[in-house]
Amino acid sequence: MSNVVVVGGGPAGIRAACMLAAHRLRPVLLDEARNVGGQGYRAPSPGLRLDMDALMGGEAAKYHALQAAFASIRDQIEYRPGTLVWAIEGKTLHVATDEGSSTVSFDALILATGAMDRIMPLPGWTLPGVFALGGAQVSLKDQGCFIGRRVAFCGSSPLLNLAALQYRKLGADVVAVCDTTPLGAKVRAAPQLAAAPRTMMRGISYLTSLMRAGTPMLHGVTLLRIEGKSRVEAIIVRDCRGRERRFACDAVALGYGLKPEAQLAELAGAEMRFDATSRLWLPKIDADGRAGRSLYLAGDSVVIGGADAAEASGELAARAVLSDLGIVHARSVARGLRRRVFRLRRFQRALARAFVWPANRVKDLSDDVALCRCENVSVGEIRRAMDQALGPIEVNRVKAITRCGMGRCQGRVCGPALQELVASHAGIPIEAAGRLRVQAPVKPIPLSVARTLAE
Amino acid sequence: MTRLIADVAVLGGGLIGSWTAYFLARRGKRVVLIEKGVVGAQSSGTNFGNLRLQGRFPGQYPLSLRAQDLWERLEDLIGDSCEFDATGHLYCAFDEAERDKIDHYAEVSESYGIRIEHLDRAQLKRRFPWLGRKVIAATYSARDATANPRLVTPAVARVAKSLGVTVVEHCAVREVRKSGDTFHVDTDTDLQVECGHVVNAAGAWALEFAERFGETAPLFPAGPPQFVTEPFPYFITPSVQTVDGSVIARQIPRGNVILAGYPRTAADPILNRAPVPPVKTLAAMECLAEVVPALRSCHVIRVWSGIEGYLPDMLPVIGQSETTPGLIHAFGFCGHGFQIGPGVGLCLSEIIVDGHTETPLSPFAIGRFQQEIEVSDKFKREFDAVRKTP
Amino acid sequence: MPRMGAASMDERPGLFVRAVDRDGGSIEFTIDGSPMTARAGDSLLAAILTNASLLRRLEFGGEPRAGFCLMGACQDCWVWLDDGRHVRACTTAAVAGLGVRTTPPALAEIRNV
Repeated sequence: MSNVVVVGGGPAGIRAACMLAAHRLRPVLLDEARNVGGQGYRAPSPGLRLDMDALMGGEAAKYHALQAAFASIRDQIEYRPGTLVWAIEGKTLHVATDEGSSTVSFDALILATGAMDRIMPLPGWTLPGVFALGGAQVSLKDQGCFIGRRVAFCGSSPLLNLAALQYRKLGADVVAVCDTTPLGAKVRAAPQLAAAPRTMMRGISYLTSLMRAGTPMLHGVTLLRIEGKSRVEAIIVRDCRGRERRFACDAVALGYGLKPEAQLAELAGAEMRFDATSRLWLPKIDADGRAGRSLYLAGDSVVIGGADAAEASGELAARAVLSDLGIVHARSVARGLRRRVFRLRRFQRALARAFVWPANRVKDLSDDVALCRCENVSVGEIRRAMDQALGPIEVNRVKAITRCGMGRCQGRVCGPALQELVASHAGIPIEAAGRLRVQAPVKPIPLSVARTLAE
Repeated sequence: MTRLIADVAVLGGGLIGSWTAYFLARRGKRVVLIEKGVVGAQSSGTNFGNLRLQGRFPGQYPLSLRAQDLWERLEDLIGDSCEFDATGHLYCAFDEAERDKIDHYAEVSESYGIRIEHLDRAQLKRRFPWLGRKVIAATYSARDATANPRLVTPAVARVAKSLGVTVVEHCAVREVRKSGDTFHVDTDTDLQVECGHVVNAAGAWALEFAERFGETAPLFPAGPPQFVTEPFPYFITPSVQTVDGSVIARQIPRGNVILAGYPRTAADPILNRAPVPPVKTLAAMECLAEVVPALRSCHVIRVWSGIEGYLPDMLPVIGQSETTPGLIHAFGFCGHGFQIGPGVGLCLSEIIVDGHTETPLSPFAIGRFQQEIEVSDKFKREFDAVRKTP
Repeated sequence: MPRMGAASMDERPGLFVRAVDRDGGSIEFTIDGSPMTARAGDSLLAAILTNASLLRRLEFGGEPRAGFCLMGACQDCWVWLDDGRHVRACTTAAVAGLGVRTTPPALAEIRNV
């Protein structure tokens, strides 16, 4: 029997596993988390008195359906939670668990490794109390905790209003929602967003609910700085009329949409291509998710499409595996799925116009702003390194000279902003600035995992 | 077409090429340094950063000591210390046979005036209490040092440029020919150089230039598996090496521990790939945890390698071409070119300007490959796949 | 759904605020030797940040850090434990008796791992 391995226990990975299990392939599902569901649909941690239906509203049914789908295949798959895939070599995955390191071989590999927040730094963003927007939701859903009592939601993302509303519902004081995209851009994107009327209406309802509750809703703002001595005390913004406004708060949720966690895809040999809409390098796939021989990619780890696209693309990738292994030939079903994935991902592209990544902000960052949290490398250090004779103008060379992106997170957080900084400072197109190359391990592994090498 | 008339064209903007250009410029020569990518990006920038004196090939000590003297004056020479640190070097033995080996290495080092301390288990426990029990003896050389290889070559090239060297990046040499006393260097850009001397310092890519002039060497591209850990409290002051090659490690004051290990892996200079097989990373992690047990809870955050040129006798090619006057080779540094780099640059500048150098370089002549050469034990042991020697 | 009271506690030491209650008992642990209380089921990050406003001091410069992405990606929330281990707080469960350090322990303590 063919050995199919799925990495990632979110919507894409679970739907892929379901499809494979339905054909009695007994796939291996490796998930770094201890519980399935991914960042969006994970069950709350034990004992939390969290009413997920109330919290998730219209999305609750999907959450329950996904958890139920997993439960129904639990004994038809080999599920290994708490398992980090840290390297890929040929058809072998190197995995690390609390017990040590071992290998898992595969005939076909589906990577569904999800996404994380994309961040543009601003002065004060490393202060305790500033968290990624997605993280602010995770802390609520997974831990039942607000990131602070008085929270400002800042950046530009469809999740901004949703997260703010969830916080409000549960009793947090939402001091402001500061969207850096002007309202006009949203209006201009509306015709394309209308392709998914329900999603658009839901977005508008979040907005109106927050406005009714009296939450200051700002569009087209410039985030100037976050203030505080040893933790967040306020965020200062310039509103669309040029007025400086200060919102006292003890936490800031910051995010500009999501970026794929594509590190494993790259290690597995996927070709990375520059995507002009997102201004990110994304793995190249065909319409079904094929990224190379025996390599399939699904969900937000390829291109941001949201949870619905993730579920559909997971199923689609699994169908491609089944078809390539000669197990099924039902192409008509795949065609429907393919259309659905295409439509949902196209919608996300329209969203990218309504929630704009502020590429130009990087030019205005003052030299003392930290760009790389891990290695504490400032914007000024990067500019100075580039300004020297024979200075680097490519991100990997900038990394080699300045250590930006060289730390524990391996450029996950600073990467997108570093690309923008290098491109703008060198006066070259962003695709010419390159992307930070991935090296194993994709996340830190302790020396002690090597002890069980003999396995 | 940009035609440059120069005294010397240096092919390859690595450590060797950059130092050579630097010293030539200081002697008033007009130099063009041509690099196919950017300066210091290949093995010059990806190596471990060891400035080790212990355990070198005996015939290399004059060159090596000359180089160490330059390293120790790095800040005076180029205005930047590039994290040069006189860390000392601890050469560790796991058993009596290895102890004999390091004692023998020490004898050679001492004969060249290097001060070596011989430390037994009890002394090691006092001086370096973090060493694992597996280490039964070690020799320590205080003069050995380390520097940051990512910074050095660009810094040297920058100063060379300020001294008048024309540094050309993203320019690959297509053709080198000689007519009369003049070399003609053609590139894939509009640059052409005419010059009296050519220095072939093209690293793992050097062979094609040697072969154009009827000379060759059994160059084998490979890279060591390396990794770096997260920042950890700083306690490993010397660089630490085990005689069996399983651990070559150092900690920088920022806290990161850097490791280079064996066996080396074949690399691909055409595709520019130097893979690091995960099993080698795991094996090296296990070895490091035995030598420095306190690091067991420390996390590895990144692996890398680089493409280095190796030769079967584990000695570089340094010196004048035996077919073509004016052509000088310096390549195939077998993973230990970093320490001798500035010394090689100085010697090559002397050969070009003065016609000779006082530093003995005869063991490194390219002509040695015309005879059967002895394959080094290291070459047999430290690679996955050893290319058959001709 | 239970809600937090409206009374603000501006001087509270913790960054995180519990939005909902948790079944199960409380657990005792320490931060830099000071006794703290969290709830069984908490992540180590939530356990620390409901009590304190930082997780650790940055190795480079010593500024306070409290994590960032909260989903195991940014690697900003690594904390030291008294037993010499070094763990990522957002993906580690809080366990009774843990001793958390915001700065690295002395080498002698690490060596006892």
